[in-house]
Amino acid sequence: MAIVLFRVDDRLVHGQVVIGWGRPLGIGRIVLVDDGVAGSDWEQELYRMAVPAEIELRFARVADVAAEGAGWAADPRPTILLTGDIATMAAVCHAMPVGRVNLGGLHHKPGRSERLPFVFLAEDDLRQLQQLEREGVEVTAQDLPTSSPVALGALA
Amino acid sequence: MSDGSLHGVVVAHGELAAALVAETERISGQAGVLQAVSNAGCGPEQIEERVRGAVGTGPAVLFVDMPCGSCFFAAMRVGRERSDVRVVTGVNLPMLLDFVNQKALPPEESAGRAAGKGAEAIRKG
Repeated sequence: MAIVLFRVDDRLVHGQVVIGWGRPLGIGRIVLVDDGVAGSDWEQELYRMAVPAEIELRFARVADVAAEGAGWAADPRPTILLTGDIATMAAVCHAMPVGRVNLGGLHHKPGRSERLPFVFLAEDDLRQLQQLEREGVEVTAQDLPTSSPVALGALA
Repeated sequence: MSDGSLHGVVVAHGELAAALVAETERISGQAGVLQAVSNAGCGPEQIEERVRGAVGTGPAVLFVDMPCGSCFFAAMRVGRERSDVRVVTGVNLPMLLDFVNQKALPPEESAGRAAGKGAEAIRKG
């Protein structure tokens, strides 16, 4: 499978993704699934500035995943698929095969409490993630490949 | 910063912005021209709030560490809202030391000058 990381990170494309994960995984493409960014040329241009020329940055809407996900997975280039929130990643998991989801950065918002310094979850967030695990998707939190993954059960 | 004079906001990862502002003030003797904003512990909305709060209502130049990442995106989004706010990336000490002595310039000119001064300071020994 060419998609080597399915990551939820509210900062979307940033240094931890492009450098921290991108370099050790040797990625050739990032697929950013976000309806807001996919609908804004200005936002897309901004994110393109954050990615080196050798990495393709593909913008997709949630509705694109069912039709295009198999193609992304079949592409030989190691790829990171990125969403900014749990609901979008859940939609991705329902639209294409996903074995493991990485929680890489979900920061404080009203209603959320700290589970790890880089993961804040509301109870509803937790329920969505637990549902994904019941559906067979392993969920772990890990900001960088040099740190240890933390199982979802430890975040409850 | 709301007295209408040009000011600078350094937006950078971790403790970098605070260190750059402190050293600029220590070397130049000019305090109150620069403010530091860190992305530590912030999601995208929180960084934007911090940057927006530091910019205030007056003209400003936003100095960002890298031309990518959460600091850059926040600065660009705030800069997009304001015709009197400009963004310069690759912040370094020489550009800040020049900036604090050029407060009379309009933001566009100041940002161009800062980018030039910062680039001039990068040399191969």
